[in-house]
Amino acid sequence: MAARPRTLPASSPSAASSFFRAMLAVAWKDLAAELRSRELFSAMLVFSLLVIVIFNFALELDIRTRQSVTSGVLWVTFAFAGTLGLNRSMAIEKEQSSMDGLLLAPVDRSAIYFGKVASNLVFMLGVEVVVLPIYALLYNVNLFIPGFLLVLLLGSVGYIVVGTLLAAMAVQSRARDMLLPILHFPVAMAVLIASVKASGGYLTGADPASIQTWLNLLIVYDVVFTSIAFMVFDFVVEE
Amino acid sequence: MIQVRKLVKRFGMKTILNGLDLDVSPGEFVALLGPNGAGKTTFLRILASLSRPSLGEVRVAGHLLPHEAAEVRARLGVVSHQPLLYADLTAEENLRFYGRMYGIPRLEQRVTEVLEMIGLDSRRRDLVRTFSRGMQQRLAIGRGVLHDPEVMLLDEPHTGLDQDASSMLDGVLRSVAAQGRTVVMTSHDLVRAEDLATRFDILSRGVIAASATRRQLSRSNLLTFYRQALAN
Repeated sequence: MAARPRTLPASSPSAASSFFRAMLAVAWKDLAAELRSRELFSAMLVFSLLVIVIFNFALELDIRTRQSVTSGVLWVTFAFAGTLGLNRSMAIEKEQSSMDGLLLAPVDRSAIYFGKVASNLVFMLGVEVVVLPIYALLYNVNLFIPGFLLVLLLGSVGYIVVGTLLAAMAVQSRARDMLLPILHFPVAMAVLIASVKASGGYLTGADPASIQTWLNLLIVYDVVFTSIAFMVFDFVVEE
Repeated sequence: MIQVRKLVKRFGMKTILNGLDLDVSPGEFVALLGPNGAGKTTFLRILASLSRPSLGEVRVAGHLLPHEAAEVRARLGVVSHQPLLYADLTAEENLRFYGRMYGIPRLEQRVTEVLEMIGLDSRRRDLVRTFSRGMQQRLAIGRGVLHDPEVMLLDEPHTGLDQDASSMLDGVLRSVAAQGRTVVMTSHDLVRAEDLATRFDILSRGVIAASATRRQLSRSNLLTFYRQALAN
């Protein structure tokens, strides 16, 4: 049989553009699938709303105390909802072994990781966008402070960056639903503490210098764990 | 096209492949046969760069694994008994997604060509979750050939298919092979393998125990050849 002419290499784009193309393709695929099934987002949202409503009835607080507990209540809500979403997001790849399909693509595998990070972040930020106004109404607290919103973004990035990497590890285990929280919460403790402290600082009008320390910690955490994930993802997903 | 030398794969203390040697020439359709646990899937996963060899040398289209894995993956199409598709995307969305991952030029045209080839053009906008197992497997083959690979790796592609769906899949596989691709297929189904392949390799205890071309075998003795290879 005659050898076949190949068509792929002639049009192969540069490594950087193929990286971003693959990353966007993975994120688009997750968002398109979620738009149809609404499995993941609705589970995260229902859980989050349930938690803030329960806390609202459980803690009958004065205005000053409300401001001081807000950051804790919100981060507990977002952390658990985020883990719920991370677990489901990777489980979808494991069903029908779709992860193998992704790993077979001739791209840098960290593009797959960053694509998953992007879609997971969209889901988590989407939940936050819905929950914040409802929380503000229920608790009568002003949450629309630029510094607070910045902390929310940095904290969510740190939480998802680590969570996506650990979810990729946990999904290969039979006890993945149980394993992810066990792995994730200790590693994410630093980002959660920094987020609670920094967002609490903004809500109670604390000294900007004390908030800056926590903000710096968040930025360092995000940069360090993004770099670690970029370096190790290939080894995490390979047999 | 594929050269494997002294390939060893261990999972912990367990040795799955134990010094396997194999050469596959361009355009050959090789059926890799063997009992459960012989290491067929492990071997295919190494060729597909989804698993690292513990020892030995593996080259696909002249590229050494695992160091040149991206070059190898660009030349490989893989179809397993799992379709590797997303149930909440339509047939064309699945192909478009994989097309973007492979950087395929003129993607829309290519997606239409592939859907026509596998006979799913009329169902292109239907969600994969509404497809029968046979239709999913045809779409999986479409995904595998989308980037026009030189080498196809098929891991028990008939698993879970009824007789009609298997026959339809055979037709698609024949057309894939007729386009000059090198194919390596694992199977438990000797009759089906005999119909499709041009060479038969028996994998046993982590090595190729016997090998024969279609010319060397008459239709009546593949089963005998298989049994003898496993008995030795």
